Order: sequence, then structure tokens, then C-alpha cells
Amino acid sequence: MASSMLSLGSTALLPREINKDKLKLGNSGSNPFLKAKSIGRVTMTVSVKPSRFEGITMAPPDPILGVSEAFKADTDDMKLNLGVGAYRTEELQPYVLNVVKKAENLMLERGDNKEYLPIEGLAAFNKATAELLFGAGHPVIKEQKVATIQGLSGTGSLRLAAALIERYFPGAKVVISSPTWGNHKNIFNDAKVPWSEYRYYDPKTIGLDFEGMIADIKEAPEGSFILLHGCAHNPTGIDPTPEQWVKIADVIQEKNHIPFFDVAYQGFASGSLDEDAASVRLFAERGMEFFVAQSYSKNLGLYAERIGAINVVCSSADAATRVKSQLKRIARPMYSNPPVHGARIVANVVGDATMFSEWKAEMEMMAGRIKTVRQKLYDSLVSKDKSGKDWSFILKQIGMFSFTGLNKAQSDNMTNKWHVYMTKDGRISLAGLSLAKCEYLADAIIDSYHNALLYWETPIEL
Amino acid sequence: MDSVFSSVARAPEDPILGVTAAYNNDPSPVKVNLGVGAYRTEEGKPLVLDVVRRAEQQLVNDPSRVKEYIPIVGIADFNKLSAKLILGADSPAIQENRVATIQCLSGTGSLRVGAEFLKKHYNQSVIYIPKPTWGNHPKVFNLAGLSVEYYRYYDPATRGLDFQGLLDDLRAAPSGAIVLLHACAHNPTGVDPTPEQWEQIRQLIRSRSLLPFFDSAYQGFASGSLDTDAQSVRTFVADGGECLIAQSYAKNMGLYGERVGALSIVCKSADVASKVESQVKLVVRPMYSSPPIHGASIVATILKSSDMYNDWTVELKGMADRIISMRHQLFETIKAKGTPGDWSHIIKQIGMFTFTGLNQEQVAFMTKDYHIYMTSDGRISMAGLSSKTVPHLADAIHAAVTRLG
Repeated sequence: MASSMLSLGSTALLPREINKDKLKLGNSGSNPFLKAKSIGRVTMTVSVKPSRFEGITMAPPDPILGVSEAFKADTDDMKLNLGVGAYRTEELQPYVLNVVKKAENLMLERGDNKEYLPIEGLAAFNKATAELLFGAGHPVIKEQKVATIQGLSGTGSLRLAAALIERYFPGAKVVISSPTWGNHKNIFNDAKVPWSEYRYYDPKTIGLDFEGMIADIKEAPEGSFILLHGCAHNPTGIDPTPEQWVKIADVIQEKNHIPFFDVAYQGFASGSLDEDAASVRLFAERGMEFFVAQSYSKNLGLYAERIGAINVVCSSADAATRVKSQLKRIARPMYSNPPVHGARIVANVVGDATMFSEWKAEMEMMAGRIKTVRQKLYDSLVSKDKSGKDWSFILKQIGMFSFTGLNKAQSDNMTNKWHVYMTKDGRISLAGLSLAKCEYLADAIIDSYHNALLYWETPIEL
Repeated sequence: MDSVFSSVARAPEDPILGVTAAYNNDPSPVKVNLGVGAYRTEEGKPLVLDVVRRAEQQLVNDPSRVKEYIPIVGIADFNKLSAKLILGADSPAIQENRVATIQCLSGTGSLRVGAEFLKKHYNQSVIYIPKPTWGNHPKVFNLAGLSVEYYRYYDPATRGLDFQGLLDDLRAAPSGAIVLLHACAHNPTGVDPTPEQWEQIRQLIRSRSLLPFFDSAYQGFASGSLDTDAQSVRTFVADGGECLIAQSYAKNMGLYGERVGALSIVCKSADVASKVESQVKLVVRPMYSSPPIHGASIVATILKSSDMYNDWTVELKGMADRIISMRHQLFETIKAKGTPGDWSHIIKQIGMFTFTGLNQEQVAFMTKDYHIYMTSDGRISMAGLSSKTVPHLADAIHAAVTRLG
């Protein structure tokens, strides 16, 4: 018995041994088939079968979230994490807003229960969110033309919208900026919504390729969804000017496209909630129907609570009701109903005049710190770089991120030589930069920009 | 202006959650909500466990706590402890690192992520689910891209398990098909296989190479014992085979709205488990990036502390015992009224729900005339009953059966 079991066992092991290039992880040295012998009631048929998941390969680390993982593993003293977009204090510590702590304490004191929220989320939260985006007195709100449902932060809200698009606008494409946040494409791919790109970033100017953008939006098939970053474009930090926004709205209306805003930084970009919502409100003024995916991760520092919303501005209250009901139908088989904690925090903060003011002040502080750091980085670059390169693009950009213009090889140099962690597209998170580190970073950028291709023959895969 | 949404029809209310909506709209003082499966105290109030409050207080008071994004797979401690909870701390599968555990949004989220993973990476895309099952199951699997087939489960004649039908249908399933199993306290029927029946099911599933996918939403909540309620899962894992497990803390820790759960994928080897985990991350990232921190932190805090864990088991048993006592009270009251029929299934069934055997017409009557809110399949949530409301329910059942029998 034992010998036949062993021989069957080694036959089953053969395909694994052939794949020598695969990483060997875990206790692959042990023979699971032999081990099976020691377990109580194992049947012979079970122990000799290979895994049903045998052919699965190791997925690559997420390009953005994987950066933090790599940073953690680095033991160098000078290491700097400019990867994921999470706000850090000057001491480079994570920051929980005081107003959030207040809200949580209040919630505990009140003894709020933990019952299921409705599928569409917390009503007070939905109301507060729509009002924050459009302004409480806005006609679209007064006339109940906005369908808002609580979603799992920006990602989850985008995903709900994508699923709605797939179901009700079959064949419609989403046109996204080149470049855009790395996860946008994954979301539309998994939702099976086709996408294409519009030109956005101009590497020559490290600015906006406005003509390219307009041309590509014009060229998209009529009725396409145009994904727009409401403010603080991720990853570039380059936003259209108010005049440019008007022209963007013109061409979108002309082609009967449907705008789809990703608003992840309202209040966090300029420091003002209203100013950062200007682009969205411009479109609402036009009476257009459009989507807005919105997140409280950054502006309320609620990253891990996964709190956001999908808002669909419709031409009538009836349409909004119908759309809302269909969004619910998508959410229910995904997670049934959304998490209550983050939603309650938001509702408490926005619903209380004192806390709301305190929030605005903390948000101004966070946005202010980033602007200060931007300025210092620019000043350091200008004073240290003798090549005459124009670094002013850094000051023109806005929000958490800066597109440095560094290519992959140069970004790799930032990490390999300087222990500066960033994404390979050249994006750095200024939220992770302190005034104290600006000079070091300037040195790293200057070195990488001018010398990286000299150091490495071919770009290093990190 | 023509709306781009003119083709979007109004969706009907979710049948289960719609029951509570209708209940809320009813002004009657005698109304009873036996719809959604959320625990209620004897006073009819929602319950936040003491131990949960304590854990939450601890978390909120801890100045070192932050709200940074947690990993895509969730909180590491939470994942390890959840695997231990369902599989047993001494499980060889855990010791051999063969379990990939991913924090997900309660049971629903765990099922959906597991299903999407299977659709992408498993060579069979059909899942067999019991008839009947929780109303949301077929939708979860369909939207993940799996096709759904049913296996016989509930026998209306006995109000018990159609065991032979179950075996026949699973035997006829294509080799490798996925099979959804309710780990305990079947929803909506409350009918569970006996341990002997579970063993036969296990042998059949293994001999046909079917892939078990457990839905464990009531561990500890059904019998009052966490170990007893995990037996079905553990016997499967003990045979060394692979399976998926969707775990929920909604009921047993009363964390409903926090959306806490875990998907565990038990694999043949640590190598495979590691790769599987990496691929599950690719499912999660475009869905919601990473799971919510609050509920999972509460769970981890409780499971980590032996004091809190013990206190939890006491409160959990308290909830389970109250439900069992409601079953007995309802049964005794119905018996005393002499309502026609055999109502012993009320005490034979287990968990939060009782499949009364009442038909749609009878249910509609009970809602209209007695303000009893329940799903139209005849399911009642025992958790929504109290000593005060049992008599009213018994009256309603009696009237429905005698007038519309």
C-alpha cells in the first residue's frame, strides 16, 4: 500500500519539479502526500490528487500598494516613502483628524447600534455627500435629481458605476486620461467595460496636452463616458484651468458624451471644498447627466474605513429613483450593504456645524502643508540644479502628487540608489514628504534625472 | 432633454430587506418583524455585545491607532485568528500554511470574492446550490460569472432534509463542480444534515472531486458552541482536501453593519496557498481596493484576548439559548392551541430561522391581518421573537392554517 502511494505521489510531483523558474515558497520541501498518511481519516483518492489550483501563478505585486510593501522591507536610514497617496505629518506620521476622533467618541458615547445599513447606505451620509459636492441649495439636489449611494470609497463607487454602465450602456466605452490612476483600468476591465485613452499628459511641457485631450474626446464615439478627475489629477497633479474646463464641457456636450468624475480630493487640493468642486458644479450648471465617484479617504483621512459614494446626476427625479434602484441591485450581490462606521463619522462631522468648521480647518492645514512642501522642493531643486532645467512644473501642479517627469529607469534609480520609493510612472506623493527631507529628495531627483541612464545599462526591474 | 437613463427600469425592492421596509411603514402597535435575520433581545431591541463595546472602546481610546489603508487581504491578525476559529487552532491545514485567508465584507463579500476567484482560475464554472437557499446566493454567483444549478435539499413533506435527493443530485453533478454547503443552521430552512449524513456527503463530494464552498454565517450562533457548529467544515478539511469557506461575523459577533468576514481557501500545499492569495488580491483591488478596518479590528481584539474571547462565548451562547427557547415557546404555544399539523420542525430546525411550511397566501394573510412581517417563502426569524410576541405569532399561524389550510 505504502509503496504504491509513494509512487503515485512522485508522479504527481513531477509537473511541479519541472517548473524550476517558479518561486519556491512555504514548505514545498515536504511531500503533502506523505503527510496525508498521518491525518486521521484520509481516503486514498484524496491524498494523491494534485491541487485544483496547481496551475495558478504568483500574481505580481500591485504597482502602487506594492511600493509600500517594498519600502517596509528596506532597512536603510534615509529611506523615504513617496508611494501611496496617504497624508503624512511633517514628522512623517499618519494623521487621524481630531474631528474624526471627536466623532468616534461621540458615536461610542451614544451607543449607536451595529444594524445593517440599507443597501444604499446611511441616508444622512448620502445626503451630506451630495450636498458637499453640489452645494446644499443646488437645483439638482432640491429637485432630487441626484441618485447617491454609499460605496466602498472611490474604488467601490467607481466599480458600482462601471457595473451600471456595463449593464445599461452595452458597448459604451469609457475614455480615460493618459496617464491615470493605475487602478482605473483594472476596475473597468473587471467590470467588462471597454476603455480607451485621451491624451492628457505632455512630457515635453510636463503639463497638460490640452489640444490632444480635446481632439481625443471629440473623436470618441458619441455617448462615450469621459472619465475626468474633478481636481488634483492622479498621478500628474496637472489640472485644467477654469477656462479649459469650460471647453471640455463644451466638447462633451457637443458629442453627447457622459462625464464621469472621479473626485478623490475635494478640499484636499486647494484647501477649499467649494473651489475643488468647481469642475463638477460647472457640469451640473449645464444640466448635464453625469456620474461622480467620490471618496473621503484623503480629505477626512478615513482611508481604511472605505467610505465614499457614487452620485448619478439625472435629468429628472424619476430617473434618479430608477438609477438608484439599479445601483442597489448591483451592490447587493457584491457585499449586501456598506460598512457603517465610516459613514457615521462623515455624517456626524458634516452634520454638526462646529465639527464641520473644524474639519475645514484641518483640511486647510493638510493642503497647506503640501503646498509648503511643494514650494520647498522647488526651491531646493532650483538652488541645487545647475543645468538650468525648468522645475516650475512642480509649482503648477496641485494636490497630493507630483509627476516628476522621471521615466522608469530614473524612478528605479530613485529607489535603488536613494531609497526613495515612488511609482514607476514618475509619480511622487508630496503628502509623504517633510520639509526636512526636501533637500535630500532634490538631490535624488537631480541625480536620477541627469545620470540614471548612465548608471544602468538597462532599466532594473524592482 | 432626453435622459440617457430612459432605458433604466425601476428595480423591485430586495425581497428580504424589503420586508423590513414594509414593517417600518406599518403603524400597527402589534407588528412583529420576523424578516431579516438580525438578532433581537427579549425586548425586541438590536443588541451590541458587551464584549464588542469593550473592544471598540479600547480601539477608540488607543492613541496609537491610525486609519491607514490596511493590506488588500485585510488585517493579518484577523485573518489568522479567523482561520483558527473556523478550522480549529490545531488544524494541520493551518500548521502547514495551506490556508489562504482574506478579510472580506462579511459573508456576501467573501462569497463574491471567492466566486470571482473561481471564475478566473478554476476549470469548472458551475456551482451547485441547495434548494432552497438564501435569496442572495444565486445573484452573487451569477454576477461573478458562475452558472448556478440546484441540488435537492428541503423536503416539504417532512419539513426536513431530502437526503436521498441531495446525494442523487450531487452524484449527477459533473466532476469538479463547485458545491455550496451551509456549514450549519441552513438558511432559510434551519434543516441541517446529521454528523452521519455529513460524512456521507463528504465521501461523495471527495469521490466526485467536487469542490466544496462552505457558507459559515452562524458559527456558535446555531448550537451555542463554536466547535460544534464548525464540525462539518472541520471534517472536510481533516481529510486533506481543498475547499473554500466564507465566514461571517455579522450574527455571532453582532457586527452586521460593520461588514466583517473572511474568505479562506484551503489548498493542497503552502506554495499553492501563497499563489492563490496573490491572485485573490487581483480580484479585490478593482472591486474596493482593501477592506474596512473597523469591524475586523474589533474581531481581532476579541479573539486575541482570552478574557474577551471567553466573555464572547458566554454572550454568544446567551443569544443561541434565547433563540432555542423561543423555538420551544412557539412550539408549546401552537401545540396548546391545537393548530392542525405537525409543528415539531420548529424545534428540530436549528439556527436563526424556521421554515414554517406556510405558503405565500398564508404569509400574505398573516402580514395583512396580524402585521407579521416575514419572507414569502414562509421563513421566520426566531431572533425577532420574544415571549411577549410568541402568542401573537401563534394566533396568526393558527388563523392562517385554519382559514387558508
